Formats: sequence, C-alpha cells, structure tokens
Amino acid sequence: MKKKRIATTSLAGCFGCHMSLLDIDERIFDLLELVEFDRSPLNDLKKFTRRCDIGLIEGGCCNEENVHVLREFRQNCDILVAVGQCAIMGGLPVMRNAIMHSDDPLRECLEEAYCTPKVLNPENQIPNDPALPLLLDKVYTCVDVVKIDYQIRGCPPSGETIWQALNALVRNEAPALDYALIKYD
Amino acid sequence: MKTKKARILEIEPLTRVEGHGKVTVHLDENNEVTEARLHIVEFRGFERFIQGRLLWEVPVIVQRLCGICPVSHHLAAAKAMDMIVGVDQLTPTAEKMRRLMHYGQVMQSNVLHFFHLCSPDLLFGFSAPAKKRNIFSIIKEFPDLAKKGVLMRKYGQEVILHTAGKKIHGNSAVPGGINKNLQLTERDALLKDIDQMIAWSQEAVDISKNYTMEHLGLVEGFGNFKSNHMSLVREDGALDLYDGGLRAVDANGNLIFDHMDYRNFDQFIMEEVKPWSYMKFPFIKSRGNLDGWYRVGPLARMNTISFIDTPLANARHAEFREFSKHKPANMTLAYHWARMIEVLHCVEKIKELLHDPDLQGSDLMLKGERREEGIAVIEAPRGSLFHHYKVNENDQVTYCNLIVSTTHNNTAMNLAVTDVAKKYISGKSRISEAMLNHIEVAVRAYDPCLSCATHALGQMPLVVELFDANNNLIDTGSQFVSK
Repeated sequence: MKKKRIATTSLAGCFGCHMSLLDIDERIFDLLELVEFDRSPLNDLKKFTRRCDIGLIEGGCCNEENVHVLREFRQNCDILVAVGQCAIMGGLPVMRNAIMHSDDPLRECLEEAYCTPKVLNPENQIPNDPALPLLLDKVYTCVDVVKIDYQIRGCPPSGETIWQALNALVRNEAPALDYALIKYD
Repeated sequence: MKTKKARILEIEPLTRVEGHGKVTVHLDENNEVTEARLHIVEFRGFERFIQGRLLWEVPVIVQRLCGICPVSHHLAAAKAMDMIVGVDQLTPTAEKMRRLMHYGQVMQSNVLHFFHLCSPDLLFGFSAPAKKRNIFSIIKEFPDLAKKGVLMRKYGQEVILHTAGKKIHGNSAVPGGINKNLQLTERDALLKDIDQMIAWSQEAVDISKNYTMEHLGLVEGFGNFKSNHMSLVREDGALDLYDGGLRAVDANGNLIFDHMDYRNFDQFIMEEVKPWSYMKFPFIKSRGNLDGWYRVGPLARMNTISFIDTPLANARHAEFREFSKHKPANMTLAYHWARMIEVLHCVEKIKELLHDPDLQGSDLMLKGERREEGIAVIEAPRGSLFHHYKVNENDQVTYCNLIVSTTHNNTAMNLAVTDVAKKYISGKSRISEAMLNHIEVAVRAYDPCLSCATHALGQMPLVVELFDANNNLIDTGSQFVSK
C-alpha cells in the first residue's frame, strides 16, 4: 500500500495534541510504515512539498497567521481533521471571547498584560510591530474558517485515540472510536 | 549578488520547538547583520480572562497554556492556591506525590527536547538537508538510540499518568493537597523499568557531554556570552526542582542574591515591554534593565546550585563544574549536557520516591486560614516559573500574573540568535537554508516553550524573515537567495 502523506500544524493551541501524538510511543515506528510526514513542526518542512492525504489541525484561530495557515492546509490536504478541543470548540484561548461586561475583550487582555505599573513600559505601548501578525477580534474555531472533515475530541485526545483514528484514516475509513476513547475527566 | 539596501531576513515558522515563533535578521546595505530578533507572535490574554473563575479551577485551567509542561503549570498554580487556602506545609503523601509527578514531567520534557527535537542537529549536523533533520530520520538511521528516547519519554509520561491521572492535562493537584495516592500496582509497574531508565540516562549524559567535548571549537563560539543565572535552590544549596529560595549569580559566579523568598519576587524582578514581541523582558531590578537580565533552565541551574542530592547526578554535576572551571558555564550549547544531567537526577529521585511508603498514605488534603494572595515558583524543565494570584471572598480570581520560564530567557535567546547570525550570515551574499538552521539551533538549545510564552504573549513557531533597509520583506522561510 502506498504510504499516506500527513501534514500537521499547531495554531492557537498548546502543543498538547502534538505531544499526545507522540504518546503513541514505540508505535511511532509502526506509524512510519504507514505514513510519511510532510509539513509539520516535528520536522523542518516549513511549506508543503506536495499535496497531502491527511492534515491534522491542532488549535483554533487567534491571529491572521492562523487563518492563513488553516486555509493553506485546506487547499493542500484531501482530508482535514480538527484534533482536540481548541480546534473544535476554541478551547482555552476562546475564553477571551467570554469576558463579561466588555465591549473590547482583546484590548482588555492586552492592557492587563502590558499596561500595568508592574512592568517597565513608560509609554504604555502594546506590542505592535510589522513582525507580529494581527490579532483577531475574537478567537475562531477551525470550522468557522474552513470545512472540516473529521473531529477527534479530547483535551487532548489520548495517544490511543489518535492512533486508532489515524489507523482508520490511512485505510480510507471514517474513524469510529469507542466511547471510552472519547470520554475524558 | 550585491545589494545596496539593508534587509530583514525572516525564519518562519521556527520548527522543532514547542509552540510558534519567528526570527527576523536585520542586515545593513553591506550584508552585515546588525541585529536578530526572536518574536513571539501569538497572544492569549490568560491573565485577564482567568479573572472571575474560581480558585479550585485554576490548576486545571492554567495548565492548558502548555501541552509540553502542563504539570509545571498545574503544580505552580496548586502551590499558589495552597497559600491562599492557608496551607504552608502539605501532608507528606501530598508533597511526595506532587514531587514524583514533577520529576516525571522534567524527565519526559527534557528527553523530548533532546531526542525528538534536537538530536537531528547534533547527529546529522546543523547543515544537513532540511528533509533529513527530524526524529523520523533518527528512527531510520539510529533506531536503537531513537527507541531509547521514545521509551524514556514514555516512562516519564507513565509517571505523570499514575500521579496526575492523565498523561497530559491531569487533575490531581488541588488547593491544599492532592486527590490521589500511588497504588501498589502503579508503583510496581513503574519500579519494573527504573534501573533501565537510570542506565539510559547515564548514556544520555555521555552523549551530550561527549558532543560538547568533541565539538569544543563550535560550542565555544556559538552563542557563548556572559550572563547572570537564576534558579531556586534548597536551603542547603542543593538542586531542588519543586521548591526553595531563589539564588542568582553573575557571570563570574558571585552571588547577586540568595535564598530569596519568592513571595517577594516583585521587589527584585521586573519585566520590560518591547513593541516587537508579545514576550516581555524580565530583569533583576538592582542591576537595571540593561545589565540585569539573566538565564534560567538547566544550564543556569548547573551554575547556581552547590550540589545535587542524588549520587549519580551529583558526580555528573561535578564533572560539568570541572569542565567550566568552577565558574558559570555560558555556552548556549552546554544546555544539552546540563539537561541530561537533570534527567539522571529526576530518574534517581523517582526511584527514591517509589520506595517511600508515604506515597501509599491516605492523608491527602489540609485546610488552613484563608489568605487573599498566593505566589508560587517552581523549577519547570525550562527554568523558574512564577505564578501570582489574588482571590476574593467568593473564591473568584481577581488578579493573575505569570512569568513563564521561556520569558526569563528572552534577552538571552535574542543575544544568542544575534551572535549566531553575525557569525554565520554577516557579509554573505547568498544565504543558505543551512545558515538559517544554525539560528534555529541556537533558539532550540534554550528549549523555548513558545506555547507557554504565548499565554500572555503568543505562541512561538520559529520563522525567519528577511527585510531590506526600508523594512520591506524580501523573503521568508527556509530557502533564501539574496536579491
């Protein structure tokens, strides 16, 4: 069987879903018999080298760069999978959308971090440099931006859950995960 | 080809680091590097949006800043909340369970960094083809070594599973204690492989030490600069990753402060804001923002501590100090060696704790007189991690400030990328992908956790950008030919 080509990225996430992928432990040796990795933070391929069969997305979108990368993944991957709660529901970062009694939650977050007498910042500057991608007004989930084919739930999904889902996907099957694999805490 | 314009080179995204970041290299009209900058490009706003949440939720929520060292945040938050619920000394079972969890965490994170992320640079060379520089190639070409790395990380994760309840984002540390002890079956499962782990940790120290010795010329000329160093130390000066007082030394090893009560940290540490990064720049107040910056993490700890209280790691620390002539080691690449000494220490500590019957105790939680403020510091894999909270009478968080390990290393990482960029890129008319990887190697040595650094800041995948003198972006990414 021809090896499937997989790309992965972490957008507004904590990298925990990538760590959980590594929690398949020694089965990573078996995984490499089934797949080849294209663009991923686990290697040094910073751009797609060719079209991929499967794209794994960790994290939602909190800045313009996240949106750009997510669209690139949609364009270059046949199947796009939202892995973990941040990609699916926004996760921890989306808590900033829920700040109550605020017209401008993002500004409040920035001011809390940078414009306090506790820090040395005489002009109360908020970081704002061409090198920094623009922050979005709100945190968006992946499906707010592109079509997503499958979701793998969990914060993070366990290594076992990711392993079973990937095994189904490389056999061109929809992942059918036991309840125990998607029940957490 | 000659260019008459100054430019900025961009490396984006940085890869084989945890999280999202980028590097910009600023070149003048003669292709000389004037400055290189490491940028944190994402921002979370945690310190604001945690306000209003309940104190018992915090250890569970805050760890979700980071999936690489969630245990560090889980425990730092729990320690701060211990203070708020009025518990100054945990029960022996609670403290030892938390310590066991933490040693598992530092072990797996340090192993991940060395084997999964950095070993391709060390084994294939910084200039190896980009396609080859990854753990998957290590698995193909050095399967035995790769297997050891994978199984050592697995072991650390299993320790976390049995102490925290889950490998990533567990929930056992609660204000005032812990919600589980270690069952005998769990203990026996972990004891089964412990001696193998000690043997492999010794090998890992050898690999990193021999690399340093065999590449001394490279190591001495690669991001080697004087700095202050800071970490927690135990009362007797021993390495202590879970608790203690803060000690800082200058580049010559002279004490700046010692056994400082971290609850007063804002009297001696301050952060500076710069407009080009979401990550702030901390410094020791008494030395000022220009000279007061410092390094944290494994290298800094080897420089600050007096000794290690486990015999094998202590012998390795003595070797390291011998190598640095009993002065602080300032070489960026020596972080790897220091990091592996800590793995050995953690594994020795895990073995010691597994034989301690207190872990099967049932006295898990305490309560005391309620306070309004909680401050905690823990030595995370990447260095000192500060958590500071205020909580109102309804148990709601009203204030939060976090200074994560990677933030403490901000100035040092920027100096390291500038140093390496000047050595490998200055004056070159053609800039190759391999030259850019040298910059990433310098960043990687600090094991920056860009996920953590994103909390108030952003996330950090590594990116390099190239700009001209008018700040026009010339190119991005791994392959740049100057125009």
